[in-house]
Amino acid sequence: MSHLLFIQQTPPHGSIVGQEGLDACLMGSAFADCALLFLGDGIYQISGSQDTQPLGVKDYSVSYGALPDYGVSKLYCRVQDLEARGLSLADLSMPLESLADDAIAQLIEDAAQVLTF
Amino acid sequence: MIFSIAVFAGPQNSAAPLSALRFARAVIAAGHDLTRVFFYHDGVSTANLLNTPPQDEPDVTQEWSEFGQQHQLELLVCVASALRRGILDQTEATRHGKAAANLAAGFEIAGLGQLIDVALNADRLVVFK
Repeated sequence: MSHLLFIQQTPPHGSIVGQEGLDACLMGSAFADCALLFLGDGIYQISGSQDTQPLGVKDYSVSYGALPDYGVSKLYCRVQDLEARGLSLADLSMPLESLADDAIAQLIEDAAQVLTF
Repeated sequence: MIFSIAVFAGPQNSAAPLSALRFARAVIAAGHDLTRVFFYHDGVSTANLLNTPPQDEPDVTQEWSEFGQQHQLELLVCVASALRRGILDQTEATRHGKAAANLAAGFEIAGLGQLIDVALNADRLVVFK
């Protein structure tokens, strides 16, 4: 099924790119079927143990919790990215599906457009 | 073919806005349709009228400004990204009590929904970042 695919590739809080990527995904959900894929260090966007208080910045990552309310239920990450970082799905703040590379290639193939952040 | 272009990086530290401009020229030269360009994330800095590069370097803001007006393109600048980076048109400057506006001619402030619209209504969306 055709959809907009958003890809998060950077860890949170060090730059604003993840926050603006999430904003774009939330906005996209108002117009289209959207999927969100976390690649590489992007998986840290939804690390379950975030505390931005020492950084003095707003913890926008709580907004990921709004994705189901926006109808965004296609949430994915890459199996090898989890393994390489010693993470499991249980370490993440929300349920998502881990995909092998061929499934990720298919996800990108099936997307009407891909927006990478 | 209908092309749309999105620019996610600014001219201060990236070649993306200039590469996007070259690509836009090529799209039009090849006879394709290009009507909208969306500037998001650091890409909104492309629209800063006050960008003042050294004289022996390209003025990407001015080039985009002239190119957009010449081809009647919609150069859409995300309002949230722009405000955060100090890029305001007169309306936003007045609304937020700022002393000056600095949105270059040919650009217009737009909502993020326009990015999605641009993405959905193009045969190809090409992102420069």
